[in-house]
Parts: sequence; structure tokens; C-alpha cells
Amino acid sequence: MSERWKIWAMLAPALLVLIAVFVGGLALGVGRSLNYMPIIGLTAPNLDAYRQILRMPEFLPSLATNLYIAVVSTAVSMVLAIASALLMRRAFRGKRLMTFLFSFNLPIPHVVGAIGILFLFAQSGAIARLAYGVGLISRPMEFPVLVNDPHAIGIILEYVWKEVPFIGVVVLAVLQSLGDDYEAVAQTLGATPWQRFATVVLPLIMPATLSVSVLVLAFTFGEFLVPYLLGQTYPATLPVLAVRLFTDPDLNQRPPAMALSILIALISAVMVVLYMALSRRVVRSD
Amino acid sequence: MTEPAPPDPMERRSQRLTTLLRGLSLILLAIWLVAPFIPLLIWSFSFHWTFPHLLPEGWSLRSWQDVANPSSQVLPAIRDSLLIALPVTVLSALIAIPAGRALGQHRFPGKRLVEFLILAPNIVPGLTVALGIQIAFLRYGLANTFTGVILVHLVPSMSYAVLVMAGVFANYDPQAEEVSRSLGANRWQTFRHVTLPAIFPGLMVASLFAFLISWDQYIATILIAGGTVKTLSILVVAAAGGGDRALAGALSLVFIAPAVVFLIIASKYLTGVSAARRLGRR
Repeated sequence: MSERWKIWAMLAPALLVLIAVFVGGLALGVGRSLNYMPIIGLTAPNLDAYRQILRMPEFLPSLATNLYIAVVSTAVSMVLAIASALLMRRAFRGKRLMTFLFSFNLPIPHVVGAIGILFLFAQSGAIARLAYGVGLISRPMEFPVLVNDPHAIGIILEYVWKEVPFIGVVVLAVLQSLGDDYEAVAQTLGATPWQRFATVVLPLIMPATLSVSVLVLAFTFGEFLVPYLLGQTYPATLPVLAVRLFTDPDLNQRPPAMALSILIALISAVMVVLYMALSRRVVRSD
Repeated sequence: MTEPAPPDPMERRSQRLTTLLRGLSLILLAIWLVAPFIPLLIWSFSFHWTFPHLLPEGWSLRSWQDVANPSSQVLPAIRDSLLIALPVTVLSALIAIPAGRALGQHRFPGKRLVEFLILAPNIVPGLTVALGIQIAFLRYGLANTFTGVILVHLVPSMSYAVLVMAGVFANYDPQAEEVSRSLGANRWQTFRHVTLPAIFPGLMVASLFAFLISWDQYIATILIAGGTVKTLSILVVAAAGGGDRALAGALSLVFIAPAVVFLIIASKYLTGVSAARRLGRR
């Protein structure tokens, strides 16, 4: 067996699963969204389902909500992750415990984070009770609506809680691999702490930070569960809307459900390309 | 090099202020990281806990008894979750060892495309894939079956495991294998006694991730087999939307048990795997 065949044989099981289930699933979804499904006699593809979702009054508000949640969650997580990593990179008492806490929620499922946020920030939640205790409010209704709210605060809080460590671990790893030399040089040249951060540290950590943040952006854009649990009913996010259409008793809602889910994937694909471009730049700058 | 001049009092004061601010920020960060777990824990032991009480007015083990009760839905749900996640883990590991080796050790035409394909499920929402593949599964009798769910979970679990193993094999030196073969060991003996011990830490991490990714799945499971397969994940989501906060708290804590086990095991093995690979899922 030649070397090349051997390589493809080693990849074959992985490629089989990816092509059969992942690519196959996407292809069937695209087909169904175009009303193309030869096995049930639909052989003339059309764009009706896409027109249908564009005509839905909820579509544009949903898209806007989705983009708003993804962009704000990612940006806030990124800034706080960099700040946390800077706080944690030098030796301090309790660093081991802090590092443990920082990595603790990495493998915790989002649904558990969402329930925790709900119990904390609901109008009868732990924070509202604390607010009552210090006399800020006298009944639950006076506490601001922070979950299932129009500004998607609950969703953003959950994402930030989960993604700050996710991005932060990468930033911390980069910071540790850089060491102190660059900053020491900048300091001897008279740079202030802020100058050292803005002109030396930040440009060095930015490539890795951005490429992991794009993963967060794509994830928060396509995630169903967190907005399902913590979001408002109208406008729902696109994934929640797609599932609602799909589970509608009216089977005519299936093609628009597919079209919507393909649209979500397409937007995510743009993010993949961005991610690949960025990660290539990171490799080059190494 | 000259000794730094002794700092003047102004500077020393601002330095102390910086240290204080840093310490405060770290404490706030620590509180924020653990905050969501605290009400889960307290609620799970509560019997009666109304606004505005900071602690329950009555404590109870009721929700934990519910969890352990064989006639409740919880134990069957854990069984269903395991019946899916364990095969997914084994299959992911079996697929990821050769695929990771091919990607980590070899250059070949088309490698970019393969890498792209393996990265893609980490970014394209599982929802889109599940909605599409469910059409074929209905036709081929895989809808509402464990096999169907395992196949769908395999996509993200396996692609993650392949990424980890590709990283492991990128830092792997195959020379010891040649030595082993030249000393008369067969393929299996070489794999068992030379390759496997070398890749074991990475393989553990890859497998644990594969397990957790499957364990966490919700929408893919619902769309493929919502009628018949009731995983713990489905139960937790139902409890989150339901009115029983004590049960939701207890179920959440049961649900994160594998992640905690993962952290304990992984902390032993992670040192060999780069930080960028360990971070895993969002």
C-alpha cells in the first residue's frame, strides 16, 4: 500500500462520518429549504421558503436580536477575558485556587449556567433578595427585568460567564509564553504601564484572542438552548425561531424552518472563513 | 545595570492602591465565577424558600430523593445519556487515533480541505445539521433510535477528538515504533506497548471531551429522537422551564458531575496537551 493510500485509509472513518452525517445533513437541509426533494416528487427547486421567511414580520427583529446578542456577548467576553488574564498572570496568593476556578466552568454545560443565571437574576432571585435586604426594593416587581428581557441581558450574562474563561485561558497561555522581556524593554525605553499594554502586550495577544473570539461569535450566533431558556418570546433568536417553525403542527412550516437554519449556518460559515483567515495569520506571525 | 532608585512615597502609595485594586478585582472575579452554582446548591436542599428570604425557610432532601428514586425519570435518563455518550466516546477515540495521526504526522494534497471539514462542525450549528439529517433518518428508520442519536452526536464529538489527537501526533516521534518493529514486535504489540503509552494522556483528554460533548447535547437529541430517547440533558432543560426549582437545582448538579470528574482527571493529564487544546467547548 502506498503512503498516500495509507493516509487516506487512516482518515476514512472520520471522513465517512463527516460526509455522511455532517455534509449529508447540510445538503438535505439545503435541498429541503429549496423545496427540492425528489423522493417525495419535488423536483423543481425554488426560493419560496426563503421568500416566506423574508416576509415574516419576526424575521428582521430576530436577525437583529441575534446579531446584537452575538456581538455584545463576544465583545464583552473578550475585554473581560483580557482583563482577567492580565490580573491572573503574575504570582499572587491564591493563584492556584483562582486558576482552578477559572478553568472550572469550561466543561460546565450552558444549560446549567443558564439555570444559575435564572436563579440569580430573576425578579425573585438571589440578587433581588439581596437588594431587598439592603432596602433597594420592597417587592420583586421593583427589581429590573434581567431574564427573558427585551435587552437579552440574561442571555448575555450567561455567555459572558461561560466565555470569559474560555477566551481567558487562551490569553493567559499566550501571555505566559511571551514572558516579561518585551515589556521590560518597553519600560527601559520609558513607556508608561498603559503604553506598555497598548503598544506591546495587546498587539502580541490580539491574533490568538481574535481567532478564539470568532469561535465564540459563531457559537453565540447559532446556539439554541441559552436564548430558549433566557430569551424573550418575541422577537426570538433565529435558532429558536427555526425550531419553533420546525415543530409547528403545520408541516408547510418545515421548508422555511430549513431555510432559516441554512441561513444561520451560512452566516456562521462566513465566520468560519474569517476564523481560518485569522488563524492563518496567527500561524504566520509565530 | 543600575539599581532602581528607591520609590518616593507618592509612587509607593499609588503602587499600594494598584495592589489593592488588583486584589479586589480578583475577589470579584472569583465571586462571579462561582455565583451561579450557589443558588443551584441551596435550592436543591430547600423545602420552602419564598421571597425575600436569603436562605430557605425549610430544608429538605426531597429533590435528592427524587433523583435517587428508581421509579422517577432521573435514573432512566442517566442510563439513556450513558447509552449514547459511551458508544460515542469509544467510536470517537477509535476514529480519532488514525485520523489524528494522519493529520499530525503527514503532509498530503487535500490536507487543508480535510482540516476545514473537521473544523466545520465546531462552528456550523448542530441545529442545522440535525434538521437536515433528520429527513434521511426518517426514511432509513434511524429517527427515534439510539443509533440515530449516536450518529448525530458523533459529528461534534469525533471532530473535536480528531483535533486534539492531531495536536498530540504533531508532537509525537514515531522513531520508537521503528525500533520496536526491528526488534520483532508485530503491529499490535508496537501499538500497545509503544504508541499507546506515548499518546495516552492526549487520548484521555480527547475521550473525556468526546463524552462531555455528547452528554451535553440537547437540540440534536430532541430533533432526532425526542419521542423515544429521554436523556438527562432533556430532563434538565424541562426542569429549567418548569416550576420546581429544588428539582432543577438537584438535576443541574447531577448533570455537571461528569464535568467535575473530567476536571479532576484532566488536571492529571493536561500538562502534556497545550493550553489551546484543553479549553474545549463553549
